[in-house]
Amino acid sequence: MIELKDVHKAFGPNKVLAGVDLKVERGTSTVIIGGSGTGKSVSLKCILGLIRPDSGQILLDGTDIIGQPSDFLDRFGMLFQGGALFDSLPVWQNVAFRLLRSPRKAEARDIAIAKLRRVGLKPEVADRYPAELSGGMQKRVGLARAIAADPDIIFFDEPTTGLDPIMAVVINDLIREIVTEIGATTITITHDMSSVRAIADRVAMLHAGRIQWEGPIGDLDTTEDAYIRQFVGGLAEGPIEAIR
Amino acid sequence: MLAPLAALGRGTLAALAGLGHVVLFALSTIQHMLTPPFYAKELAQASLMIGYFSLPVVGLTALFTGGALALQIYSGGARFNAEAVVPTIVAIGMVRELGPVLGGLMVAARVASSIAAEIGTMKVTEQIDALVTLSTHPMKYLTVPRVLAATLTVPVLVAVGDSIGIFGGYLVGTGRLGFNSAAYLTNTMQFLEFWDIASGLVKGAVFGFLIALMGCYYGMNSGRGAQGVGAATKSAVVAASVLILASNYVLTEVFFAA
Ligand SMILES: Nc1ncnc2c1ncn2[C@@H]1O[C@H](COP(=O)(O)OP(=O)(O)OP(=O)(O)O)[C@@H](O)[C@H]1O
Ligand SMILES: [Mg+2]
Repeated sequence: MIELKDVHKAFGPNKVLAGVDLKVERGTSTVIIGGSGTGKSVSLKCILGLIRPDSGQILLDGTDIIGQPSDFLDRFGMLFQGGALFDSLPVWQNVAFRLLRSPRKAEARDIAIAKLRRVGLKPEVADRYPAELSGGMQKRVGLARAIAADPDIIFFDEPTTGLDPIMAVVINDLIREIVTEIGATTITITHDMSSVRAIADRVAMLHAGRIQWEGPIGDLDTTEDAYIRQFVGGLAEGPIEAIR
Repeated sequence: MLAPLAALGRGTLAALAGLGHVVLFALSTIQHMLTPPFYAKELAQASLMIGYFSLPVVGLTALFTGGALALQIYSGGARFNAEAVVPTIVAIGMVRELGPVLGGLMVAARVASSIAAEIGTMKVTEQIDALVTLSTHPMKYLTVPRVLAATLTVPVLVAVGDSIGIFGGYLVGTGRLGFNSAAYLTNTMQFLEFWDIASGLVKGAVFGFLIALMGCYYGMNSGRGAQGVGAATKSAVVAASVLILASNYVLTEVFFAA
């Protein structure tokens, strides 16, 4: 349902995406892994239309959405790597942002509090402002905001970074649940291999501006691909250079 | 040999391109202003922030300016025995020129900077991107309420400033220069025409529009990081101030040159 075809993006001389091909089926959980600065976040932003690719196609249910009016975003939820919470609004209004501008306005606050609970936050947090929260709490508020309106496509940019191990498990379970129970389609970026194993149906590895390897989670430990071997094993020696 | 010319050309082209971007930004703002959805709560908040909270600084500016103006006109007028014009000139000077311009400049310092810093920070921390993913147009949600609020409230600020400035002149006139209180007021009212006041309010609306527009423009186009936001803030205040003074000349020419 989401398909990237030969997507290129450069920032000046910095060629970030150099022909990304990726197919994400409806109702599946895809995890993107890859070194820091390889363009994982940029790829998601290209799909969302926040960054316009230099060339290539991005198909949503078969239609190219590059440069199209952003109406299709009604179906999306996005957790930004840095949270990107609105610091002028209290937590619950952040979470309920989309609901407050929809017919479900009246129940927005209750839904917001229920979603906060799902990401392990107490109702008391609802009336605080983002600046008063810890980094990990902000991340989880961002996650609650991403899932608040029950979108059918959700992107999570490093959902467990900065969380304690217990909270990380809670969030992994939540993402898995959203896919299996609600049937949402998700793309998750993570560096955390235990997250990959907990969340993924399929794994894609981004390297040097292209998808270096793509396959089902079961193949992750058996593949001969040297890049995957090095990345999954966390080895300093291998085809991926340590200085990038 | 051609290098200085080329540099000059490049500079001119860059300046024209910048101007083009600002004009496009202004047109887009107006277009979004006229099409739904409208964000009433954001408009109310922006009006409070821009209009109400600017009252003290605009009031103080006007008070001291009115007082100083009375002193200047008195001592200048004394050279040809025309001290009696003080109330009239203070009133006309305030409502036509100093009320809108000084009020506008003070609001520019206060508001263009804070808008640019706020929106610039939102840009840098991806809050603007987040708005887009939540199906909310940043121009409609951030720019339109601020520009509309400033366009509507700055004229009110100017009207308040005009009154306080005339009152400042009155205080100095009656307290320091020996004017009779009733005569001062009569003189103030007698020669003041409707268009004197209205022209100043129109100027206020234009200045308000420009102030918020510059704040939003530089905020939305802020560079990355704290440095980018700092530069955006500075540029917004400089651009708003220069535009106020330039448009003030043009408006004065249009209103009063005949
Ligand atoms: N708006 C932008 N302007 C210029 N360069 C950018 C922009 N956004 C990203 N880049 C560059 O694109 C490259 C990829 O960035 P991206 O954020 O996608 O990395 P990433 O794979 O998500 O890394 P990480 O795991 O560290 O988050 C980086 O070199 C970055 O400097
Ligand atoms: Mg990233």
